[in-house]
Amino acid sequence: MIYSSVIRERFRQPRFQGALSAPDAVFEDVNPLCGDRIRIACRLADGRLAEARHTGDSCAICVASADVLLERVVGETVEAALSVGLDELLERLGADIRPTRMKCAALPLDVLRAALAGREVAT
Amino acid sequence: MNMGDRCRPDFPILERVVNGHPLAYLDSAASSQKPRAVIEAIQRYYERSHANVHRSIHTLGEEATELYENARDAVRAFIGAESREEVIFTRGTTEGINLVAQAVGRTLRPGDEVVVTEMEHHSNLIPWQMACRDRGAVVRAVPVPDGRFLDMEAFDRLVSERTRVVAVTHVSNVLGTVNPVAEIVRRAHAAGALVLLDGAQAVPHLPLDMAALGADFYVFSGHKMLGPTAIGVLYGRRRVLEGLEPAWGGGEMIKEVWLDRAQWNDLPWRFEPGTPPIAPAVGLHAAVEYLGKLGMAEVAAHERRLVAQALDLLRQVPGVTIYGPDNPEIKGAVVAFSVAGLHPHDGAALLDQSGIAVRAGHSCAQPLMRRLGVVGTLRASFSVYTTPEDVDRLGAAVRSLPDQL
Repeated sequence: MIYSSVIRERFRQPRFQGALSAPDAVFEDVNPLCGDRIRIACRLADGRLAEARHTGDSCAICVASADVLLERVVGETVEAALSVGLDELLERLGADIRPTRMKCAALPLDVLRAALAGREVAT
Repeated sequence: MNMGDRCRPDFPILERVVNGHPLAYLDSAASSQKPRAVIEAIQRYYERSHANVHRSIHTLGEEATELYENARDAVRAFIGAESREEVIFTRGTTEGINLVAQAVGRTLRPGDEVVVTEMEHHSNLIPWQMACRDRGAVVRAVPVPDGRFLDMEAFDRLVSERTRVVAVTHVSNVLGTVNPVAEIVRRAHAAGALVLLDGAQAVPHLPLDMAALGADFYVFSGHKMLGPTAIGVLYGRRRVLEGLEPAWGGGEMIKEVWLDRAQWNDLPWRFEPGTPPIAPAVGLHAAVEYLGKLGMAEVAAHERRLVAQALDLLRQVPGVTIYGPDNPEIKGAVVAFSVAGLHPHDGAALLDQSGIAVRAGHSCAQPLMRRLGVVGTLRASFSVYTTPEDVDRLGAAVRSLPDQL
């Protein structure tokens, strides 16, 4: 099943969606396959991710992946946040993501890492 | 019996069961399926006659050459070109456009203009951007203000004595809009410009007559018209081709070669460097014969009925937005739509669970998506083997989509 209960629930009622005013780290990127766009904004305090939000125009898998990812990393040190990998994310999504949709699940991870690495938002 | 039900048994792949359902393949605009006649023609060629063409002085070489050149004659007749010299085999529409863009591109001067439209597939956009960038020329685009039709008043303003090429799609791969190509050719020629028409979405679905149309170049792909992949056709008006330097060099395209120069071969081989796609040409020949037997006027009528049926069904579904003309008489065999609150990729993945294959995403037309204000759409597209039942299943499945996520 591609759309696990986690994906459906997080798509309908995301917990970490929205804008963040005056963020310390932001990155946004596009999935060239489908044009999905996701933006992640973080607020840092004492080397930890105090707060994080995602916004964008993307599919259920991408939204759910971003939501599950931010839930996992908020409160963690930047170093710990950077250590979260795709396998762990996929496990939390509990879904059988096919290769054609893997980028949808992976995009939020790439965007978070770029944000924490302080990369400029490509426009 | 309708054409879809009559043709369906000729397509082995349609016997497949996908996710527990019979396959409803509604993605023919991306690539059509192949009838047994095409598959067997390719297999027969490889099992009996394969050799290189135009150079092998032995039985197989002669057979392969004859089969390859017979395919050219069949395509010539199918599209109503005046002579076989006007039919150049390529690897597909994209290669055909690149060939023209590079060959014509070399003659562009700074300040020259190429006019495209906002509804072009990327393949009729990027090659012109590249050609113009290299030569200091400019790409201008005819807008699609209502998201359905070209603004022909803007066309008249944009096409001027600076315009060297007008490159327009015959049928939009998203909207299905059938553009007024005869009028476009007339107005472009009046301004002294060459015209290239992208026929990828037209040739599989409409009767065509190159001689009457008068376009300088007309390009299409085999794989969207029941033929194999890796074969396409560039039709070029003979007088125009004769005045054009070849885009690419290699074997086959020359008559005589010295270390520092060469004399080009005659048409059409001048534009076919290297070993051509022989087996795909043989397959395309079989595809053209298959379509010819059905009759393209009948194919067009069959697909118009399916488009009308799809429009009727989808219009009744709450939250569905349909893009492009709503009159099947002026629409190709595609219906692009979106469902409120549902990303197209999620829509397509859910439809796939019901055995229904549709395209989802920007359909290689990002500027048009921007005009439509969407990241992408769902797109159902039809072919000779599409049945009214396939379309009914689509309607019912789309209706149930919002409940599934």
